[in-house]
Parts: sequence; C-alpha cells; structure tokens
Amino acid sequence: MQQVTRRPKSLLDVKMHYCPGCGHGIVHRLVAECLDELGIAKRTVGVAPVGCSVFADHYFDCDMIQGAHGRGPAIATGIKRSKPECIVFSYQGDGDLASIGMAETIHSAARSENITIVFINNAIYGMTGGQMAPTTLIGMPSTTSPKGRDVKVNGYPIKVCELLSQLEGARYLERTSVHTAAHVIKTKKALKKAFQYQVDGKGFAMVEVLSMCPTNLGINARDCAKFVGEKMMPVYPLGVFKDAEAPAAGGK
Amino acid sequence: MSDKLLMKGNDALAEGAIRAGCRFFAGYPITPQNEVPEYMSWRMPEAGGAFIQAESEVAAINMLFGAAATGVRSMTSSSSPGISLKQEGISYCAGADLPIFFANVMRGGPGLGNIAGAQGDYHQSVRGGGHGDYRTFVMAPYTASEMGNFPRKCFEVGEKYRIPSMILTDGVLGQMMEPVEFQGEPVDAAKLPVPEWAIGANPGRARRMVGSYDLRDGELEKMVLERVKRYKQIEEKESLCELKMCEDAEVVLVAYGIGARASLAALKLAREQGLKVGLFRPITLWPFPKKQLIEVALRAKSLLVVELSLGQMVDDVKLSIDCRIPVHLHSRPGGVIPTGEEIVESVRKALKAGPKEVACSR
Ligand SMILES: Cc1ncc(C[n+]2csc(CCOP(=O)(O)OP(=O)(O)O)c2C)c(N)n1
Ligand code: SF4
Repeated sequence: MQQVTRRPKSLLDVKMHYCPGCGHGIVHRLVAECLDELGIAKRTVGVAPVGCSVFADHYFDCDMIQGAHGRGPAIATGIKRSKPECIVFSYQGDGDLASIGMAETIHSAARSENITIVFINNAIYGMTGGQMAPTTLIGMPSTTSPKGRDVKVNGYPIKVCELLSQLEGARYLERTSVHTAAHVIKTKKALKKAFQYQVDGKGFAMVEVLSMCPTNLGINARDCAKFVGEKMMPVYPLGVFKDAEAPAAGGK
Repeated sequence: MSDKLLMKGNDALAEGAIRAGCRFFAGYPITPQNEVPEYMSWRMPEAGGAFIQAESEVAAINMLFGAAATGVRSMTSSSSPGISLKQEGISYCAGADLPIFFANVMRGGPGLGNIAGAQGDYHQSVRGGGHGDYRTFVMAPYTASEMGNFPRKCFEVGEKYRIPSMILTDGVLGQMMEPVEFQGEPVDAAKLPVPEWAIGANPGRARRMVGSYDLRDGELEKMVLERVKRYKQIEEKESLCELKMCEDAEVVLVAYGIGARASLAALKLAREQGLKVGLFRPITLWPFPKKQLIEVALRAKSLLVVELSLGQMVDDVKLSIDCRIPVHLHSRPGGVIPTGEEIVESVRKALKAGPKEVACSR
C-alpha cells in the first residue's frame, strides 16, 4: 500500500479545539506542510494571536510565543530583528489583524519587516461569540449588528490586501480561500511562497485566507463553505495583490 | 572605563544600558526622554544591536516582548502617557516571566500634563500598573551617574528573578548634565549565556513556548503563586536605600529621585540652622526598603515625606513603619520642584506638631 498523505511533522499530534467546519485547522495544516517542505521548522518561531487560534502555540512543532490581541506583527518584528536567522510568522484573525492590530499590521508592512503573516478572514469575531468584525459584510448580522451591518452605523468592510498593496514595503500579498479543495491547494501554494519570501529575505509577505466560521456565522458547515464562495468572494476578490518580482498586480 | 564624562541623564541612561549588554531598543518619541531613542538610534547599531522607532508605545513594548523572549537584553523608554500605553505589554511580559527593562522619564500629569519633572507615576510603577497580579523591580536614580549605572542592576535582577525591571526617573534628571562615571567593564553581549527558556532557532532541542495564559482549572493560580515566591526573595534580598545624617536626626526626610535632590538642599539648609534633619532615600521603590526605614524610624521623632506628587510613596512609608511615629507629607504635584526653604518650613512644622495630631493622617 502506498501512503499518499500523512500528518505534517510540524503539526503536533494533539486534538484541536476548533469547531467542525472551521477553516483554522485546515490552514494550520498548510502552514505546517510549508515548514516541513521548506525545511525551516527548526528555526521557525510562530506568534499565536488572541482569537479562536489562541491555542495555535499548542499545535505547531516549533518555538511559539503568545501575543496580545493584535500585536503579532510587533512581536514578530522584535523576534526577527533580534534573531534574523529565525523564520518568524504571525497567525491572526480579522479582528486581531484588521481592528485592534491595524497599526501594527500597516507599520510592519511599511517597514517591510522580513516576516510572514497568515491572516484568517472569517468575517466575524469567533472567539468572543460572533461580534461584528472589520471584515463583516454589509447587511450581515452579528451579535453587535443584529439587524445586519449598516454602513450608516458601522461603516464599510476593510479590504486588507487592497489597503496594504498601497505600501511599498508590502512585498507579497495574496488573498486565497479554503472553502473548496482546489482553493485549499492554492492557499498552500500562496503560503509556501510567502514563507519562501522570508527565506529569501524579500520582506513583508501576507496571505489573507477567506475562511469558514460555521459556529458564529450561524450556518451549517457545508453551507458555510458556500457562503464564503458566494458571499465573501465577491467582496474580497482572490488573487495576487502585490508581488515584488511581478510588481503590483493591483487586484485580480 | 573610569573616566568621568559630562553627560545628560538621558544619554547616560542609554549608554549605561548598552554597556550593560542591551542589544535591542524600541521606542516612540515623547518629551522629556527623546534623547534616549535618539542616542540609541546611532549607538545601538554601532554596538551590533537593533534599534527601531516604533509606530506607537504599544508596538514598542510588544517588539520588546518578542525580542526579550529570544533572550536578548532589551530596553524601551518613555514618559508618563507613553508608559500608560505600554502597560498592556508590560503585564504580558510579567505574565510570561520575561526580563524586559524600561525607563519612565516622568512628566507632570494626569493626561498630557506638562513636560516638567514630576513623580505622579509612583503608584503605577510599584503597584503593577497593568492588569493582573504582578510586580516590577523599580529603581530610582537621583544623579546622572546613577542613571548610567542602574540599567546593569536592572538587567541583572530582572534576569535573575525573571521579572520586568524599570528605572523611574523624571524630566529634570533626564535633562540635567552632570559628570558620569560608568562602573565596571562593559558587558560583552555575545558572551551572555542564552537563557534556557529563550525561543529562537532550535536545532536539536525540544520546542519552547513563551506566554502568559493557562485556562486549566487552578493552573494560573499556581503560576501566579510561583511568581510570588520570587517576589518574596526580591523583597528580602534586593531592596536598596541611602541614608544621610540619620544617626541623630529628629526629623528624617524620605524622598527619592528628584525629590531627594530637593531634600538634600533642604537637609544642608536645616543643618546650618541647627535643625537635626536626616535623609532616607529609597533607591529601589519596589521592593521598598522597609526594614531599613523601620530602623531609622525607631530613632527619629517623625518622618517628612517629600514628593513631587499628591503623595504616593507616603503610603509605602506609612505601611513600612506601621504608624510607629508620625509621618508628614510635603507634596508638590504638577511638575513643581520644591525649594529647600519650603521643605525646611515643613520640617519646622513637623518638629512643632504633637504626635497625635498628625500620626498617620494626611
Ligand atoms: C485587548 C483585548 N481586547 C479584547 C479581547 C477579547 N477578544 C478575544 S478574541 C477577540 C476577537 C477575535 O476575533 P478574530 O481576530 O476575528 O479571530 P477569530 O476568533 O474569528 O478566529 C476579542 C475581541 C482581548 N483578548 N484583548
Ligand atoms: S468559533 Fe468559528 S473561528 Fe472559532 S473555532 Fe469555531 S468555527 Fe472556528
């Protein structure tokens, strides 16, 4: 019998706490595969966020540090600048990265810190129970926008890749999704490229991954994947937004 | 090097940190401490370290969180409003048992306040400041020389007990130029041992985690209580103070930092006038030198606390001596420096006051 797949070495064999249908577990696996395939696990330090992936530090077989909510890019900066030989990634949700940590995100990109950011956009605050995120869609209900996100009250969703693509320091920006197997494979490629950028010393790289939160979007797992494809993707188009080698694709 | 250099307090602080092996600095401009990041911006790369002007104090302290976790001696500095912003990260460092080092060059407050020297951040410094149960090792220099030499002690104590350490100073001491003599040979940062908890490249060893939470029932309490044991040791072994003319003193001035400079002027004046006055200067504010103060209080008639705040250290003074003798307060908040004359005036009042009128009251 031929073994076609196995648990990546960099993903510890422990039970994850994520809900069924959640995208975090998928992306964890992809990140771990990247560390394995690039052979960098032994010099990688990950920054776990505050949010549903707060336990990310329990799942990766590399050194990890637990950040404060939104501060991942600053912490990663401190690690990378004091130990440039390390590969440093920050793993963050949309509340973490695009709300409380927006300044840290923008400025680490502007400085072109040689770090990799894995950004999970599930359009909602998962851990705290489904409050509105900066990425919540217009009209989409949440526990703090029960009648649906109203632009008059809540403003507009933030498109992080588009925003960061304005910055010279941002070197590689791609938005992908994990709602189908084909997209999972593309996400893996993007993540690997983002880590490769750091290995090559090319500067700030971020992959924004559209992801499912069945629990807090209040949609069953299968329909939640559909929701990502049908509702989120039109607002957050997939594609390479910045690639320093093929300068500024600027959208799809 | 034992040469005397004429230096600003803030520059001495920066140079002292580098000589103590500091190789990472992140900060954000705020008066009256700007000389520190300015000095670090050229000196740190020269010493083979990293300097970053962060986008905010919040970012700066979190950069420190990351850098210190790799075992590198790391520092930030700020002034009152900026230190308030850093409290989040300081609490996280305390929770993760990381020995970061930071300086608060205080200004008048609350709010934006002014940029004069003041001491309104005492409570914030010695009681924790950020959220949760924790302590910070706090040193209060009162000369530019001490500004330059205390960073080494802060790093050493911080690393020994794995807690954040700080220098609490103020705008006047930061700006003042004085001869500075650095003690001891500069530390070779490359030769410092890599702590067994530091994260980084790890060929061969088991993975390491740095963090501050534990959601399992009762586990966090264990962590906090384990930390308390170290706090107790620090209280027993690391408190420092300086005494001047306390042997025969009837009134002992108790003051730190710039308040002690003013009190020293008052001491000289009072002695010239035949008043038996001494000075007790806490050098560590946490741990507060309780035992040393009790000894002094047992010989004196009363204590006069001189503070450039509404009166914050006075609480620790009273707690330390358990109301054995009257404690008076001379308070100048809002960035005003008391004169020697006005302090002597308060000394006279203290000498006249009956013990009952004033004991343990403000
Ligand atoms: C300073 C601070 N503010 C608020 C919180 C509470 N909090 C925890 S997780 C979270 C939102 C996380 O949402 P997101 O980043 O989108 O991640 P998800 O849970 O959806 O994966 C918030 C607000 C906190 N821990 N710290
Ligand atoms: S709440 Fe949402 S984001 Fe959090 S684990 Fe569950 S599905 Fe995933």
